[in-house]
Amino acid sequence: MLQFLQLVASGIAQGCIYGLIALGFVLIYKATEAVNFAQGDLMMLGGFVGLTCTVALGMPFWVAFIATLIVMMLFGMVLERAVLRPLLGHPSFTVVMATIGIGFLARGVVTMIPGWGTDTYVLPVPYRDEIVRIGGSDGSGGLVLSMEHLMIIAVTALLILSLFLLFKYTKIGIAMQATSQNQLAAFYMGIPVRRINMLVWGISAAVSACAGLLLAPITFVHANMGFIGLKAFPAAVVGGFGSIPGALVGGLIVGIIETLAGFYLPEGFKDIAAYIVVLVMLVVKPNGLFGENLRKRV
Amino acid sequence: MSLDGEIILQLNNVESSYGPVKAIRGVSLAVRQSSIVTVLGANGAGKSTILKTISGIIDPQKGSVIYKGEPIQKKDPAWIVRQGIAHVPEGREIFPLLTVRENLLMGAYTRSIGERAAVDSEIEQIHAYFPILKERSGQPAGLLSGGQQQMLAISRALLAKPTIMLLDEPSLGLSPKLTKEIFEIILRINRERGVTILLVEQNARVALKYADFGYVLEVGRIVMEDTCAVLREKDDIKEFYLGIKESGVRGTRRWKKKKNWR
Ligand SMILES: Nc1ncnc2c1ncn2[C@@H]1O[C@H](COP(=O)(O)OP(=O)(O)OP(=O)(O)O)[C@@H](O)[C@H]1O
Ligand SMILES: [Mg+2]
Repeated sequence: MLQFLQLVASGIAQGCIYGLIALGFVLIYKATEAVNFAQGDLMMLGGFVGLTCTVALGMPFWVAFIATLIVMMLFGMVLERAVLRPLLGHPSFTVVMATIGIGFLARGVVTMIPGWGTDTYVLPVPYRDEIVRIGGSDGSGGLVLSMEHLMIIAVTALLILSLFLLFKYTKIGIAMQATSQNQLAAFYMGIPVRRINMLVWGISAAVSACAGLLLAPITFVHANMGFIGLKAFPAAVVGGFGSIPGALVGGLIVGIIETLAGFYLPEGFKDIAAYIVVLVMLVVKPNGLFGENLRKRV
Repeated sequence: MSLDGEIILQLNNVESSYGPVKAIRGVSLAVRQSSIVTVLGANGAGKSTILKTISGIIDPQKGSVIYKGEPIQKKDPAWIVRQGIAHVPEGREIFPLLTVRENLLMGAYTRSIGERAAVDSEIEQIHAYFPILKERSGQPAGLLSGGQQQMLAISRALLAKPTIMLLDEPSLGLSPKLTKEIFEIILRINRERGVTILLVEQNARVALKYADFGYVLEVGRIVMEDTCAVLREKDDIKEFYLGIKESGVRGTRRWKKKKNWR
């Protein structure tokens, strides 16, 4: 039983990462109806920017953390302005190809930048190798959680809470929702739709970067760390592509099932578990768990 | 009747197209301050295109749109809203997953944070026009009926504090009773708040009853213009739009069949 809980706990941590990347997908999808296949690569870039901030610039970890989010947010906004906006009005296929291109480009360019390259780096975090023991006695037994996992869960919770407050209670946040629900009506209301979409890309990039920074202590920073985005994709589908809470819940489900499958099922199941979940989900409930069905009437 | 006000909005020879499709071909019209002006026309006549051109959603190829003496064609829609032109689009176009109240707040998007209190008290006033919106304040707007969504769309536009309101077929899909209710409120908005109204309609009967001045649009061109009192008495209007005279029954039926239910 304890072992099961132990696995679930690390599954949750893993699921938070999937959830955050899935959230990035969903934000952009809701705003622009395009799927950003470079989401995982934005996460990877976040990892490298964090590395530069801490190692090369010597910032304290949490300062570097915030700085990275800001840098990546600006990067996301520039990306929207420079690459995606000119494609406005083209079929979404074109946009998808563009994002795939951005992904390749990002992985390629990273290997050319001095100090980044093809190596694997350790992101120095202050909480490395610490553990927290829940229950048990005299420093033994009980549930053992690594600080890395706890941080993932705590920061994800904090981020989700702030996004929730942003979308629910601020004018700009409600306008983002409005724009994603009915872009034409948003134009009619005088909402600056293009600037809003730019901001959504910024937030999405920052959320992915956050996932990268949280994951870095576990998987290290390297040019291909973004491939984890391929598993965040099923997470978004399970949650119902287009639902923000769905992305997180989908991420958690995929994370937990994957971790359990890796332990209890034969070798190899760990990597396909996520896709099995998606297939089952698509058959049973094609709209996903939180698929939205409210459409305009008349 | 208020037909002695200043001309506040004027279209001169406006031509707009969707790609190769020319939708309006040289439309000229004038709207006087505090009046209700209507543009009548069948499906595809170009009514919505006129309104979209005014609110900056599409740019005209030719001609000018003059608002308060300044040309506003090809300006950004957000800028045009801020100048006092609010558009209630065809088919309501509410934000279905936002609550009724949030929809109203989005109508006030262009207004500054400093006007927060004013916006809140205006929402109160709007609740007096449409009590149902107060009742459903916290519900997703997508759950409202078609008529209630129309009320929401009008209220939302009102929150932009418009000088002139563009209404695109407010009667679309509504029962005669509800249509009358909505037009009574439009009339009150015009009389009590002095908001100038430009409304396009297929329902000539109700539009001619409430408006002061009317234009008849056919395939992108204005073919007739006069005060509504005069238009109501014109034979061809009676025949084709009001369905009076022998051919009337057939005419009405044909027109109803053509009506666009989205
Ligand atoms: N988005 C569009 N793309 C291409 N053509 C369009 C588009 N919208 C309208 N048109 C064309 O422009 C012309 C005028 O359309 P418009 O929507 O202004 O008509 P309308 O008078 O509002 O009709 P309705 O009563 O059906 O709303 C029509 O011939 C229509 O086919
Ligand atoms: Mg129309």
